[in-house]
Amino acid sequence: MATGPASALEFSQNKILAGSWSKPVSRGGATGIRTPDYAGNSMTIELKLNQKSVSLDADPDMPLLWAIRDLAGMTGTKYGCGKALCGACTVHVDGQPVRSCSYPISSAAGKSVTTIEGLSADGSHPVQVAWRELNVPQCGYCQSGQIMSAVALLDKNPKPTDEDIDNAMSGNICRCGTYTRIRAAIHKAAGESS
Amino acid sequence: MSNIINGVSRVSRRDFIRNTGLAGGGLILAANFSACSGEKELAGGDFAPNVYVNLLESGEVEIVCHRSEMGQGVRTSLVQVIADEMEADWDRVTLLQGIGDAKYGDQNTDGSTSIRMQFDLLRNAGAIARKMLVNAAADIWGVPAAECSGHHHAVHHKASGKMLGYGELAGHAATMPLPEQVEFKSPADYRYIGKPMDLVDGMAFSVGTAAFGIDTVVPDMLYASIERCPVVGGKLISVDDTAARAVAGVVDVIQLGDGTSPPDFNPLGGVAVLANNTWSAQKGREALQIQWDMGTNASYDSSSYRKQLEAAVNAAGSVVLERGDVAAALANSAKTLDATYYAPLLSQAPMEPPAATAMINDDGSCVIWACTQDPQTAQAVVAGALGLEPAQVTVNVTLLGGGFGRKSKPDFIAEAALLAKLSGKPVKVTWTREDDIRHGYFHSVSCQYLRGGIDADGNTTAWMQRTAFPSINATFEPTDGPSASELSLGCTDNPYAIDNMKIEACDAAAHVRIGWLRSVSNVYHAFAASSFADELAHLAGRDPKEYLLDLIGPDRHVVPAESGAEYENYGQDLGEHPIDTARLKAVLEEAASMSGWGRKLPGGRGLGIAVHRSFLGYVATAAQVSVSDAGKLQVEELWTAVDAGTVVNPDRVRAQMEGAGIFGMSLTLHGEITAKGGAIVEGNFDSYPVIRMSEAPRAINVRIMPSNAKPGGVGEPGVPPVAPAICNAIFAATGKRVRELPLRNVSLA
Ligand code: FES
Ligand code: FES
Ligand code: FES
Ligand code: FES
Repeated sequence: MATGPASALEFSQNKILAGSWSKPVSRGGATGIRTPDYAGNSMTIELKLNQKSVSLDADPDMPLLWAIRDLAGMTGTKYGCGKALCGACTVHVDGQPVRSCSYPISSAAGKSVTTIEGLSADGSHPVQVAWRELNVPQCGYCQSGQIMSAVALLDKNPKPTDEDIDNAMSGNICRCGTYTRIRAAIHKAAGESS
Repeated sequence: MSNIINGVSRVSRRDFIRNTGLAGGGLILAANFSACSGEKELAGGDFAPNVYVNLLESGEVEIVCHRSEMGQGVRTSLVQVIADEMEADWDRVTLLQGIGDAKYGDQNTDGSTSIRMQFDLLRNAGAIARKMLVNAAADIWGVPAAECSGHHHAVHHKASGKMLGYGELAGHAATMPLPEQVEFKSPADYRYIGKPMDLVDGMAFSVGTAAFGIDTVVPDMLYASIERCPVVGGKLISVDDTAARAVAGVVDVIQLGDGTSPPDFNPLGGVAVLANNTWSAQKGREALQIQWDMGTNASYDSSSYRKQLEAAVNAAGSVVLERGDVAAALANSAKTLDATYYAPLLSQAPMEPPAATAMINDDGSCVIWACTQDPQTAQAVVAGALGLEPAQVTVNVTLLGGGFGRKSKPDFIAEAALLAKLSGKPVKVTWTREDDIRHGYFHSVSCQYLRGGIDADGNTTAWMQRTAFPSINATFEPTDGPSASELSLGCTDNPYAIDNMKIEACDAAAHVRIGWLRSVSNVYHAFAASSFADELAHLAGRDPKEYLLDLIGPDRHVVPAESGAEYENYGQDLGEHPIDTARLKAVLEEAASMSGWGRKLPGGRGLGIAVHRSFLGYVATAAQVSVSDAGKLQVEELWTAVDAGTVVNPDRVRAQMEGAGIFGMSLTLHGEITAKGGAIVEGNFDSYPVIRMSEAPRAINVRIMPSNAKPGGVGEPGVPPVAPAICNAIFAATGKRVRELPLRNVSLA
């Protein structure tokens, strides 16, 4: 069946009959970059965001999280704590997982940033598939960060043990308590990618 | 099964469009009628038999979810119920989220009510649609409706083999009168109800397109961050915003005035910094120089307040339940025991902090996008704040990144509305985590004193309980202690078969905003009562599970009013939803057997168990813990048995029990909000930790009791048994009795 929740990206545009709440919402995606009108200390930072070159005018200290969300208009990456405590904002910078809330945009200059939206063109990454097959999410809010951390773990360690998972995933809080399913989904994805 | 229709009103297509904000779909003309179409001409057009269902002539069915999705899975289970009764095909359904509108009936997604209170409403919505489609086909074919049936997205006439698709029938069905009575499907014919359907938002969650309150973007909007007075009831003296305005990206600084007394659902006031991105708003806010008058709550200190609560339960309170003669029974007991339990303030801390966006139209009307559990209350509060009629406020409901009770209060939504009006631009307000932890509506702090007596055979003869906690009601009106509705949550519904029982409520004043948190007062009432029952079992030298079965006693329906209690039963009829001790014992036995109760455990380990009915659901949880010599606790495994009556989506029930296990562990092990000088000390997940992956049990095993009983609640009932099960397990492992939460303040070494 189809749903009409606001959907920013390619995947669901055919089916945005959309609950009223998505209608006036416009999201830029990586192409519709907004340029804030800064009085001073902003600089132009070039980076790759989900394989596309973008240049963002931002205070060099602005956390990558807010640059991705507010300037690049990609909202899949979430804010949960702003202090590198919860993992909701996890993205990959040159393949490494980082907490984008605590990573200045200037450090991303010239690098390649991947967000949940860039993990696959159609949600077909084995981790995304495993997440859906086990119906891991409850509210779903932490899950972008969980998936990005899980992908980074499996890139390094294709057959993680429970202990490996606990170590790699304990920076990602899920207030809804989906941990046992996350563990199972990582094992499932590991099985499928082997 | 037949059912008189109530609560489902018919709407016009125009109303449907207005209520869902949805347009289009009505312009396509019927292209061709199928060969098997019958005696009357088929009319084109759509069919909206009620506010929840709209069948397009293409055959697509739009179903409106009027309840808020916060992780409980209602967007999936609601479609299951309506589509099943309608006999609509799953892949021809499009789900729309309803705005806040009284037409939908109760939208307050709180109290685990979506299924337990609206199952029949939802079944009606689907069954009416099916019935009218059947009537339409019968009319077209000129056959009795009784010979026709709707299934698999079509109406069939068995005798002639005729069939018309739902889409083809839509236009004609729209001309049919609303039936006075509909038949519900027999449970044996359910296609979706009772099945573990996949999450309707599963794809959106996995690819990052699911839109939460924090994700709204409106052209030209400003991003706001608000500095609020650290103490509830304080006032702004002065603000110097020079430095804030100098921060790059900051557009404006706006004073929001002061909060109200009592605080109600109103904004707390403060000073807002508006910028063209979230981070600049936060930086600007940090640069504000503000002087506050902290007001009378500045003397509030949570550690001295604890002593006040302990003193309160040391003296008699007002009697809220009494039977037999507790004093005499205690005097005649072979052994007595008394204990005082304490549990602190808690923050819901949903993963997505409160966030809302508001826009004022040229005609002064207001549009909101917010992660709200209660869009109709949000509509009313925003209207009040802006001086509008509720009808001038449109509240769009986004997905909620968790709610747990926090997002039933629309204070943050009114903040956005006020700022949109004052700035003349659309505004998104995003609370920081620190805002969320420090300026919330807290789960109440509580203290309970228990005194019990057993006879020479170990039977419990007396139970005396005093409970003190500041009431949620204090948020809305001056009041000094527990309300009947909070006492109904796990206290005056005590199911134990003890002849002499007395429960008293003791006064406690509120110095912060008190509000609902997942399972509310059941958390501390179950912690105390189920821990104390375990204490009495050990006093009697009995196995705790066997003792608990005896304590619950014979199969019966407990009627608190017979002991003089004013009991609310979660807003539902006690006859239809009794306190059924047989069901309580059945889940207890089930959880015990799942856990292998009674087995030998390696050293430093213990099993504990607790059972509790709340929100009309029955849940027993067994916990296995290990405690190292150094006192390090690990909750190794949980076993939960749940009887929630008829279950719509067993996988979501399972997920709620798994989540309740973790949520319950968070409040048992870590959760504590403290105050100094009236201000909340904790601020983020470092000082207000919640359970992480490394602490999660290796398994949370869930069993759902098969039942055709009326649906009970699911989202909340899993939480209350967790704390006592863990604390009872700690006693089994170590012989140490824990009487206060959280465990991080208690040495287990
Ligand atoms: S928002 Fe970055 S770790 Fe929490
Ligand atoms: S699914 Fe809600 S916080 Fe993880
Ligand atoms: S096409 Fe005639 S019944 Fe479907
Ligand atoms: S598709 Fe409508 S019945 Fe064939």
